[in-house]
This record gives sequence, C-alpha cells and structure tokens, in this order.
Amino acid sequence: MKVLVPVKRVIDYNVKVRVKGDGSGVDLANVKMSMNPFDEIACEAAIRMKESGAVEEVIAVSIGVKQAQETLRTALAMGCDRAILIVATDDVHTDIEPLAVAKLLKAVVDAEEPGLVICGKQAIDNDMNATGQMLSALLGWSQATFASKIDIDGDHATVKREVDGGMQSIKVKMPAVISVDLRLNEPRYASLPNIMKAKKKPLDEKTPEDYGVDVSPRLEVVKTAEPPERDAGIIVKSVDELLDKLKNEAGVI
Amino acid sequence: MLDGVDDDVFESLVDTVDRFARNRLIPAERTVEQANAVPEEIVAEMRAMGLFGLSTPQEFGGIGVNAAQESRLIEALCYASLSFRSLIGTNVGIGSQGFVMDGTAKQKARWLPGIASGETVASFALTEPDTGSDAGGIRTRARRDGSDYVIDGTKRYITNAVRAGVFTVFARTDPDEAGADGVSAFVVPADTPGITVATPDRKMGQRGTKTSDVIFDGVRLPETAILGGPAMLNRGFRTAMKVLDRGRIHIGAMAVGQGQRMLDIATDYALERSQFGKPIGQHQLVQGLIADSQAELHAMRALVRATAAEYDRDGAAVLGASCTKYFCTEAVGRIADRALQIHGGAGYMCDYDIERLYRDVRLLRIYEGTSQIQQIVIARRTLAGRSH
Repeated sequence: MKVLVPVKRVIDYNVKVRVKGDGSGVDLANVKMSMNPFDEIACEAAIRMKESGAVEEVIAVSIGVKQAQETLRTALAMGCDRAILIVATDDVHTDIEPLAVAKLLKAVVDAEEPGLVICGKQAIDNDMNATGQMLSALLGWSQATFASKIDIDGDHATVKREVDGGMQSIKVKMPAVISVDLRLNEPRYASLPNIMKAKKKPLDEKTPEDYGVDVSPRLEVVKTAEPPERDAGIIVKSVDELLDKLKNEAGVI
Repeated sequence: MLDGVDDDVFESLVDTVDRFARNRLIPAERTVEQANAVPEEIVAEMRAMGLFGLSTPQEFGGIGVNAAQESRLIEALCYASLSFRSLIGTNVGIGSQGFVMDGTAKQKARWLPGIASGETVASFALTEPDTGSDAGGIRTRARRDGSDYVIDGTKRYITNAVRAGVFTVFARTDPDEAGADGVSAFVVPADTPGITVATPDRKMGQRGTKTSDVIFDGVRLPETAILGGPAMLNRGFRTAMKVLDRGRIHIGAMAVGQGQRMLDIATDYALERSQFGKPIGQHQLVQGLIADSQAELHAMRALVRATAAEYDRDGAAVLGASCTKYFCTEAVGRIADRALQIHGGAGYMCDYDIERLYRDVRLLRIYEGTSQIQQIVIARRTLAGRSH
C-alpha cells in the first residue's frame, strides 16, 4: 500500500506572529517557516507504518510556494520516500484555500492511487480544519478525524478520535482519509545523515494546471487584527461587589 | 581544505540541531546535573542524529562540515548545557582530527567510520600530572623494543576516557630530546593490555562530563601504531598543535552558544522581575549589563565566523584561532558574571539555570590552551610579524 501525506509550509510555531500594517494578513516576509506540526505527526505515523512493513511507499505532497520544497525535504529527511510539489502561487502571502487544496490532492490521489491519506487535522496558520474532510468527500472515501491512535487491519482501520466529550473509537472502511491530532505520536528528529540523503530523493514539481484545477480564491479576508490586549484584573472586596459587577458591568448574570 | 556541506542542506542541519538542543536537551539539563551523567537514551539519540560524525569526511560516513559550518552547529548545540557537547566533543574535535589530518589510509579506514557513527569514542591523551600548558615537556615514554614500542606514563583530565574505544596518546620517543621534537602520537585501542582508566574526576561544573586519569603500564604497540605511520616518528607535537588550532575556533563557538543562552535568560528575568515599581530591565544600570553582554556577544560571533572562514580558506588560522579562543572565552565569563548579577540573590540559588551555567563556562578559559597560553601565542605572533 502507498500512503499519501500532505504537508504545509507554515509560519514556525516559535515565531511571534505580527499582523501586517494594512490588516490584510500576517506578515510572512523574512519570517522563519517550517512544517505544520500536525503534518509532522502525520509523516511520523506514515513512516512508522512503513517501518512496520504495512506500507511500501510514503509520498509527501505540498501545495503552495516554491519554497515549500524545503518543507518536503524535511519530510524526505524524516523518512518519506518521494515528494510532489505543486507550485500554486509565487506570493508567500497567498494562502491556497482548503477546497482548492482538496481538489489538487484528489487529482494526486487519482494519479498515485494510494490506499490511505494521512494528514494533519489542521494547519496552525489559518486553523481551517477542512482539507482532510473535503478531500474524503471529493474522493468518496471514509474519513476519520482527530486521530490519536490508528490500527489498520486489512480493509478496515480502527481509529481512536479525540472528541469534546473524551475518546471515541470508530471503525472505517479503507481506503480512508485520516487526520491526526497532537497525541498520536512524537515526531522524530531527522538525523543529519538523512537530511543529506534527502537531497537525492525524487521531488517532482507540478502546477495546478497539470491537474486542471482552478486555485483562485473564493474567500475574501476582510480584516486581520491582533488579539485585543487584556486589561489588568481587579480585586473585589466582597461577594456583593462581585455580584454587582457581574450583573451591571460584565452583564453575564 | 574541506568544502563542507551544500548551503541549502546546511540550513536544515542547523535548524535540526537547534530544535534538538531546545526541545530535547535543555529539558534534560537538571537530570544531568543531579545524576552527574547524561542519560543513555540521549546519548543514543545524539548518535542516531549523526552528531558524532560532524567533522568526519563523508567518505568515512561523517557529515564533513567545514570549520565555518562546524562553528554554527556547535553554537546551536551549545545553547544547551556544555555537558552534552562534551560527549561528541572529542569525536568531532581533538579525538578525530588527528586521524583526519595526519592518519594513514589504513588508520583512517579502521577508525573514522566508528568515530563518525559514535560507536567508537575517541579520546585525546596529551595532558599529564606535571605537564599541562607546557605540552612539549611530556614525560610519558614510548620505548623502542625490537620493532615495537612500549608506552609507560600517566595522562590526566582525559575527556571521555571511560567511554573511549581509541586513544591518541602523545609519548616521548626520543629520550635525548627534552622538547616537543621528541614526541610522537600513537593510536592506541582502548582494549590494549596495560591501560587503566581511573575513576572519573569530580569537577566544579559541566557535571555529566567524564574526565579521568589514564595510566599506561607497559602498553605494547607495533610501530604502525604511530599516527601517520613510522615516517611521523617524533613529529606528533605538530599534529597536536594542528588539531588544537581548529579546536580553538570550536571552543569560541561554544562560548557564543552559551553566551546567547545566558543573555536570553538574564533578559527574560529583567523583563519579569520588578523593583521600585517597574521591571528591572527598565533601570539603566541593569540595561548597561544587558547592553555590554549583547555587544560582546556580537563581537564574539563575528570573530568566530571570520576566523572559521579564514581557516577554511587557508587551511590554518593560528593567530586568529588563538585570538578567538582568548576573546570569546574571556567574554563569555563576563557575560556569565553579568547575567548572574542581573538575577541578584536568585542567581546564587541552584534553582536557577544561571548558577549552573556560570560554573560550566568557567572551564572554557582553561582547557585546550589557557587564556595565558593564548596570550603568549598572540603576542609572539604579533611581535614576529613586525620584527625584521
């Protein structure tokens, strides 16, 4: 079985995010970028499946700017076998929307015929949490989101999901799209020799036109703003004062 | 000289080592301090990451970075405790570079692959109880016996001796020559009969690192054990000096990594701690401590990078390497002192990292050539450069 792992290049999770002066989005110029942490977990899951012998090949895919090839090299250094880069924009500030990404991924799935897609549950930049679900709908495949444990047994997968009320186990038919949550595994550090070897692994470069997909945006960003600064708290002297403030100032009771 | 690794790949290496240091090593620092040992699982991870083979050429299974790249990777690694660096320090530096620079093809093929993977730990045995800075005066003897040599003597403060698979041992092969010209370097497998590694030393800082006395008692070796082969008889001291030359840039990079760490934690503390109604970082005298540290850190980093580039270009940088080691290690001592001062009473408490870092960096001014030896090298070279 082949496994497809979509990976996204996002602003590094350690970077302090700054909103652009005109409010059109987050400033990404000269900012450290790295692989979406949930996608790292997806890579790790796929690579472990390969190491256990359940999977023959792991293919990483990224859609975005040309620089996303660095992200793919990271995936290859971790242990993915080959990579596909779909260059869909040359502007680092243009985010390709989940539906366009899902359509492109569907086209890649049609061409590569993997038996499983493992993706991060969401990207930490826009937190859309949509691509995996859209892809499963487009493919007509089963979906299992927020996975914290995956067991594949023949033509079924048992997935433990992290849901609001606790843990839920579901059994889905393969092929499937599985989106992974934080606690599935701890991704490995790519070793230095493997980083060197990753440069020699195949990386195909494509465009959306190759797959006949229109990636033009359907959503409009109206405004991006910094979170409001929190005011300092106050210490109330009595329960009566607290009740009064909750009732008359905060208006919550 | 080494060309090193391609630029785009190299940035990934730095990024990986940086993440490893911050996410894996720093959280383990207190465990290392308390147990006085680096956990074996971390040793295994460092081996799996390929850190032991940073400077080993690629043809022997290493990464093959040049001096400039080595210094940036070491700077990233040394954002975490120096105790971790010490594990790979001898394989990346003094323990392996003699093989790389002067080893025979056979010696390289026998030892470098294991050194690169970390399977074999390489130790460098130069210092003796009575011979430190005056390294040319060593007393350990290698007596000729037929076609063999027999080594007798004691070596001191030998880093990683307890883990060593191979020692580079410096011994006097010409008893009539009292100075550096009568010294040869020997490749000595650690399982050779007659070698005793003593109990590790108790140290002021860098807990978790292992240094020991190593006693050589009638250790018999063939003449092919001379590093570089029999032709290198009595020329071991030159090898030692070449090895230490590159090592000095490496130590400068260690100082930069630790300097950055201490400045960062002192700055965080200055933002958090309030006195007289405002964060202490808003008081000008504390700002002075921060500014002096930041300015020196900039100078240290610039000096390391310039000297490493010179080394990679020319294959040597004797004056520059001594200046780098001297300036960077003295400056990191000043940064440690200021960073601790910013912490006030808290800085004297073992609960704060700065207390440990302050002790750890003290060694940088001593090993692989004290500041005073660097001053001598620098002054002699400077005077020689103007005399006619």
